[in-house]
Amino acid sequence: MIKGSGHSLRVAMVFIILLLPAAVFGQYDYIDINNPFSRKIPMAIPAFAALSPDGTDQALLKKATDILTNSLDFTGFFNMIDRGAYLLEPGNPVITSDQINFRNWTTIGAELLVTGGLSQTGSLVDIELRLFDTLTGKRLLGKRYHGTVDDVRPIILRFCNEVIMQLTGKRGIFDSKIAFVSNGSGNKEILICDFDGSRPVPFTRHGTISLSPAWSSDGKWIAYTTYVNKKPDIFIHRTVGSEKVAIEEKGINITPSWVPGQFTLSATMSFAGNQEIYLLTGSGKIIKKITNNWASDLSPSWAPDAVKMAFVSNRTGAPQIYVQDIKTGQVERLTFEGNYNTQPSWSPAGDRIAYTSMAGSRNDIFTIDLKRRQPLQLTQDTGNNESPSWSPDGSLIAFSSTREGSSRIYVMTAFGADQRRLLTMSGDQSSPSWSPNLSKY
Amino acid sequence: MRNKLWIFLALFLVIPVLLGTVSCAKKTVTKEEPAPVVAPAPAPPPPPPVEDKAAKAFDMAKSEFIEENVYFAFDKSNLDDMAQATLKNKAEFLKTYPDVYTTIEGHCDERGTAEYNLALGERRAESAKSFLVDMGVEAYRISTVSYGEERPTCTEQTEDCWAKNRRDNFIIN
Repeated sequence: MIKGSGHSLRVAMVFIILLLPAAVFGQYDYIDINNPFSRKIPMAIPAFAALSPDGTDQALLKKATDILTNSLDFTGFFNMIDRGAYLLEPGNPVITSDQINFRNWTTIGAELLVTGGLSQTGSLVDIELRLFDTLTGKRLLGKRYHGTVDDVRPIILRFCNEVIMQLTGKRGIFDSKIAFVSNGSGNKEILICDFDGSRPVPFTRHGTISLSPAWSSDGKWIAYTTYVNKKPDIFIHRTVGSEKVAIEEKGINITPSWVPGQFTLSATMSFAGNQEIYLLTGSGKIIKKITNNWASDLSPSWAPDAVKMAFVSNRTGAPQIYVQDIKTGQVERLTFEGNYNTQPSWSPAGDRIAYTSMAGSRNDIFTIDLKRRQPLQLTQDTGNNESPSWSPDGSLIAFSSTREGSSRIYVMTAFGADQRRLLTMSGDQSSPSWSPNLSKY
Repeated sequence: MRNKLWIFLALFLVIPVLLGTVSCAKKTVTKEEPAPVVAPAPAPPPPPPVEDKAAKAFDMAKSEFIEENVYFAFDKSNLDDMAQATLKNKAEFLKTYPDVYTTIEGHCDERGTAEYNLALGERRAESAKSFLVDMGVEAYRISTVSYGEERPTCTEQTEDCWAKNRRDNFIIN
């Protein structure tokens, strides 16, 4: 039985955009996601202030503060200034422009300031959130939200998406999720957690081996390999709801990977004798064979333009990564360093492919850029690191690592910085797959 | 013609008498039967011992078939001399017992990556199947399945354990 994950807002959120000329001055490109040497911008986030004098749960204020701080910190774009350094007047909430003395913030080195206020009436909340440029004193964003206490997290995450949009030109990843494999139940099953590793829930409950989750472009389906029929087949299942499709041809049915922007996917099947990559509809119907080579061809990963497909082939004797142009049929080899390169994952930004390279018996994550074809090693001397998967904005990479002993899901920036564990569960976790952005906000 | 008649009468009279004297069973010949010209029918074959032997032989051969794995070099699915020798034995077994159907499970060691090992496991199983078919076993009696690195027999990170996991194992359906 498969249970979908998801959280539904019980009360419609109403938000009023506070209009001031400052907020309308176009976008400030403070952060260049593609620059590996982009410095972290110092940011201050004081604790949420209670907007009404009584009735607001202190624990709720702390929870809101933590969600806001941890989520923005997760991106790796900011250097969060320690609250101990803040120059604050206790008991005096300071959240709107006319209340703020920006010099208190620039003095401690903060260049960005985020303030939050919350008032609670029973189970209903009103939340105000603002983003300031302390150097100019300009307010870059101001929002007001209304909902129930259960909406606090989604409200704050929605605001965080806007913060990132304001500062980078791309919306944030805060409503995305990560599917992964865990054997904590005794069998390898697929689970789904939030972008930051919180709230993992089971997706499959097959009681057998389930592997290789892959999200459709609209985030509504997950394709995966499973041994329900005592052989590797592909199931495609709704993330919410019970609709499902099976690809159960003779031989292996593995490595499903969706074509961006379409309800089609590619997968490796061997029913015709050879292990080749096929194109199929989202309903599991074969459209055509894509690769055409005696060797094993597997692990497709599509460029965001849906025209080029990276894949693994051992046509030279050992697995390497190739790129095929679907329109012209032309195939070219991409990796020439190392003699075991697998698990390609094309960045949603289009310019780089992450992959796993094995040297000796150790696996590490590399990226290679499509222009200069230069490999860049992102992990080193820290156990086995495999299965890279990009965040929807191409700024972060999720992967599995055995550096602590058991296999855990880790996250790092696109250039290998800030490597940290995403979540801890019993058993071993592997094979992370980062979803697209799941809401339109 | 008269000679023939005498020969006939001699046989007619002599043989039943001889039978009466040499018979093992201690029963008296109650009546003379019209003796056929040929010798008496042979005793029935001794039954149980021979069937036990056949069943035992099958069990032994079956155990060997199931217990003997075929092993592979890292990232390879070709059959070395030892693998071929093992498979020749298996082919003999399958040809001797034509009602036996088998499934070949292909496995890998835990190095490398999971998806590539799913593909490699299938290549290993198919490699053994091709060999058996070349040796004269009907293809429809052999199924294959890949388990990649998902079903190891040991989990130590040693060359020894890795070698044990790079295998085809054979089950009887």
